[in-house]
Amino acid sequence: MAVGKKRKLEFESPVYDLEEKIEAGRQRGLEPDSAEMKKLAGRLEELEEKVYSGLSPWEEVQLARHPDRPTALQYIGEIFDEFLEFHGDRYFGDDPAVVGGLASLGGRRVMVVGHEKGRNTRDRLKRNFGMASPEGFRKSLRLMKLAEKFSLPIVSLVDTPGAYPGVGAEERGQSVAIASNLKNLFDISSPIIVVIIGEGGSGGALALAIGDTVLMMEHAVYSVISPEGCAAILYKNKDKAPEAASSLRLTSSDCLELKVIDEVIREKHGAAHRDQHGNAEQIKRVLVRKLSELEGIPGEALLKKRVDKFSRIGIFNG
Amino acid sequence: MNWLKRARKGIRTWRRKSIPEGLWKKCPSCGEIVYSENLQKNLSVCSNCGNHFRISPDRYLEILFDRGSFEESDPDLSSSDPLKFKDSKKYPGRIKNAQKKTSRKSAVLTGTAELDGNRVALAIMDFSFLGGSMGSVVGEKIARIARKAIEQRIPFLMVSASGGARMQESILSLMQMAKTSAAVNLLEKSKLPFISILTNPTTGGVAASFAFQGDIIIAEPRALIGFAGPRVIKETVGEELPEGFQR
Repeated sequence: MAVGKKRKLEFESPVYDLEEKIEAGRQRGLEPDSAEMKKLAGRLEELEEKVYSGLSPWEEVQLARHPDRPTALQYIGEIFDEFLEFHGDRYFGDDPAVVGGLASLGGRRVMVVGHEKGRNTRDRLKRNFGMASPEGFRKSLRLMKLAEKFSLPIVSLVDTPGAYPGVGAEERGQSVAIASNLKNLFDISSPIIVVIIGEGGSGGALALAIGDTVLMMEHAVYSVISPEGCAAILYKNKDKAPEAASSLRLTSSDCLELKVIDEVIREKHGAAHRDQHGNAEQIKRVLVRKLSELEGIPGEALLKKRVDKFSRIGIFNG
Repeated sequence: MNWLKRARKGIRTWRRKSIPEGLWKKCPSCGEIVYSENLQKNLSVCSNCGNHFRISPDRYLEILFDRGSFEESDPDLSSSDPLKFKDSKKYPGRIKNAQKKTSRKSAVLTGTAELDGNRVALAIMDFSFLGGSMGSVVGEKIARIARKAIEQRIPFLMVSASGGARMQESILSLMQMAKTSAAVNLLEKSKLPFISILTNPTTGGVAASFAFQGDIIIAEPRALIGFAGPRVIKETVGEELPEGFQR
């Protein structure tokens, strides 16, 4: 794996240090199947296993937001053979924070929607860091209805800090836009598979996360509020975000335990940002399997199951 | 010069006027001091500016529905602490305080009652119970009463008052937006009327799920209604808010 000008988190450094050693070995002319290089490669694998497991919830948040973590469009490029992007909500405009279009997945035609955070600073600004405005939610619903019309299954890739909390978004009906996604997604009779690929931030995430199968990447997070927001409200101190992250139970294993998601997709090479292609393959494999499972179910039964699935979530006394 | 000197120290008044507590109320909107009894007669609406005072679910029952017709559903559903949420105060403690303060087990009152002789299913949120926040119990109770409306083929009336999701139940609270939306969807498929009344405030997860899905939406004058509250907008994006925004 190429070690370029990668941005790394503090706890990741042992992995990158070892990779530098391997790179140095390669430059010294050591063959990849020489004993020394093999030993180093073995150690790298062990180290990845060690460094990226048993992380604190706050470290998981850092990984989910990692600047090099693959975005929806990057995954789309890897997973699907073709992608034809559609734009606009037909009311106000096109929201670059949400993408979507027709795609093909190993011979199957599907509709893909997702939040797009952007790959570099300029792109991120354009895409408002994946924080959708009402237009984005309306576009996603429009495309999902289109998918239903042509009996295409839907894949939704969720990755957003949350819905955009701005004046314009409020004026154009942010609440209604999210609310009508939530209500109408229980009417779309096509199979919907949701993958939380990075940040599942609050209502803005949920608006694209109603589905028959909800999957979550190992190092993704899913929460009602950002740890910073939670810390600001509860402890009146944003610096307490790491504590808030633990309280919020936002990791993939927490969400699985709370029965909010169906399955965790393991990340290869420790974390998705270290192997975009390999991790896209991981997602693809699960998608193909889930699509085959859901394909045979008639629309009516699918909708009933979807309602039941979300009606079961919650824990209380009495 | 004895006549310039005070004979006794201190200021004395002849007699203390005693005014019973709560006889007068100050309108939080216009500052007018209104006589409680008149306010009560005027259905808790300020006679000067028309502001609706914040009132309890019981008061809504009294104002909106036929006397003695209310039958409560699921009164005993109460919050557990599924996440063992770490907080400055413990979540079960917060729940207990809110229960004591409101003499209610949760932040929403549900049931059926008659409105001019017509039976309706209803849910009324209580802002004084942890800001009317929606956790597992609130979501479940609203979903159940909507289903009851479907079973009995009666209209559904909802009075919302909430800051949004209940943080202490994190992802489970978020999922209540999905659960309540699914219930509203079924209500719509059953072609039953859903009237949604928005009171001050209706924001966050409640605004972005069932509250904005009414066939008829009625808002109390000057109630704060929106997704992100004014403070969140100012703090996160730093935008200045226009006068009367979200009101």
